[in-house]
Amino acid sequence: MTSPGIAIKNSGAVVLRAQDVWKSYDDGAIAVLRGVDFEARAGETVALCGPSGCGKSTLLHLFGGLDEPDRGHVSVNNVAVNRHRNLLRLLRHEIGFVFQLHNLIPDLTLEENCMIPAVAAGTDKHVARERLHELAERTGLEHRLGHRIQKLSGGERQRTALCRALMNRPKILLADEPTGSLDEKTSATVFDLLLDVAANEGVTLLMATHDRGLAERCDRLLEMHDGRIHEPRRA
Amino acid sequence: MIFLKLIVTNLRRHRIRSFISVAGIAFSVAAMLTVVTILQGAIGMFSNILSSDSQIIVFERNVSDLFFSNVPPSVSAQVAQWPMVQHADPVLFGIVSSADHPIITCFGVTAEDARIRKATWLAGDRGSFAQHPDDVVLGARAAEFLNAGVGSDVPIGHGVFHVIGILKTANGFEDGGVFMPIVAAQSFFHKDGSSVITVKLRSKDDTAAFKQMVREHYPSLIALEDAEFSRSYSQFKILKATAWAVGGCGLLLGGLGVANTMIMSVFTRIREIAILRVNGFSNTQIAAMIFGESSIVSVFGAFVGLGIGIGILFALKHVPALDGYVDATLRPLILLIVVVLAFLTGVAGALYPALYAMRIRAVEALRFE
Repeated sequence: MTSPGIAIKNSGAVVLRAQDVWKSYDDGAIAVLRGVDFEARAGETVALCGPSGCGKSTLLHLFGGLDEPDRGHVSVNNVAVNRHRNLLRLLRHEIGFVFQLHNLIPDLTLEENCMIPAVAAGTDKHVARERLHELAERTGLEHRLGHRIQKLSGGERQRTALCRALMNRPKILLADEPTGSLDEKTSATVFDLLLDVAANEGVTLLMATHDRGLAERCDRLLEMHDGRIHEPRRA
Repeated sequence: MIFLKLIVTNLRRHRIRSFISVAGIAFSVAAMLTVVTILQGAIGMFSNILSSDSQIIVFERNVSDLFFSNVPPSVSAQVAQWPMVQHADPVLFGIVSSADHPIITCFGVTAEDARIRKATWLAGDRGSFAQHPDDVVLGARAAEFLNAGVGSDVPIGHGVFHVIGILKTANGFEDGGVFMPIVAAQSFFHKDGSSVITVKLRSKDDTAAFKQMVREHYPSLIALEDAEFSRSYSQFKILKATAWAVGGCGLLLGGLGVANTMIMSVFTRIREIAILRVNGFSNTQIAAMIFGESSIVSVFGAFVGLGIGIGILFALKHVPALDGYVDATLRPLILLIVVVLAFLTGVAGALYPALYAMRIRAVEALRFE
């Protein structure tokens, strides 16, 4: 089911789908999602805008299998996201996450941080290293591979997080305020990179953001408030 | 490699905590190794006393301690006549005391006994043994602590004995003991028989036949091979159980240390574990990381502990007062058991932390600061 009025820009297959999704916290005291319907097609870039607490991150978490809806259905690539059955495959091969806080492991080097998804998935070391160099080259981090995270700037850290998210060649990228902790200039650079990589890798990007300026550069911009997606708008 | 680094990283982050955990396991292992080795050594030495130039021990059935065993005086002479027996020697064990020395082991033996025949006589002459009921031969250490030499009169228990020889054996109990003619020992301890008869057969093939004959002729006695005796003797069992229990308690404390470290380790890296989860780490991989960390702590601790334990045993062996009493021979099986127990303790200590880590929900943990 698709919400009336939500424009589908391209004709690719639906890769993300939420149908009448409800989610609340504190035993129902805090209702975050109230019957959300959403679809995203392969290769689309979609921005979710809205005030803090409106449910943007929650929706991303549901698509990533990090949380479960109280009601409704969430599917990725037409397979229901089930925390117990498909979650590992989903996280290892189908979805990549980028968070506001880069969430890198400080004691490891840039290279080691990026290799974590490959280790988790049991990817061949040489294949993984090749992929890392490809991503590092694209994100301008090649000269920083052996550096510890503490030695990297905010922008470099977020680019590292992007590399890590794309290591296993996922076709969907869920970005939760990916530029939220960066200054304006760095923010624009990282966002450019995000769009560039998404286009080059054919990745579907679903991004939660407060930055309407950046959001408008996506294929679609959706507004969330009161637990619903309200005003779809073409970018 | 990265997986290993993830494991080691956390140990390196909290060096003092890791050091304390390793030290806990190390001292537990050292305590267990020391206690078990010393007691096994003591048991071994006592077994050697019994098996001196013999294969079989005959003693009273159903006694809890050989000191209470009473083999009738006629038995050894009768058994010695059996065709498969090369020699049968009655031995009477007793505990005596002298001023300043509350416990001295006393051996009532015949002049033909291997303990007398095969020992190195430092002073005196074997031929003079058992010529007079008040004559005794002292072990080298007994002579030292009783400050006695050949010709001395030494007060032992309620009597005064004349020293006619001093002998040296490799066994601490014998070296610190007093040898007296069996007749004198029977009189001294008010016993008419012996504690045991040690028997050497002409052929080992006759062992079963010999045991059968003992069963038929002397239903109140039991004949056991030396190894069989060591396995079944209740005092040895109690000593072994005590040793392992004391060592086990030490290891348990070490294990609690590991558990504490691992719980803290998981609590301080909840967010990190959530990151790994989001990047596709399975429950098994998360648990393997926690168990890997505890395994490194426990195995490293075990080897440090072995080093400390071996050092303690070496030092004890060279303490003059314990000369001959401490058999610090390291038994590979004990080393293996101690290391395996330490490893298992570490793994057990990581069980709850691993379960906790596996249950961490990434969505909640990522909010954790």
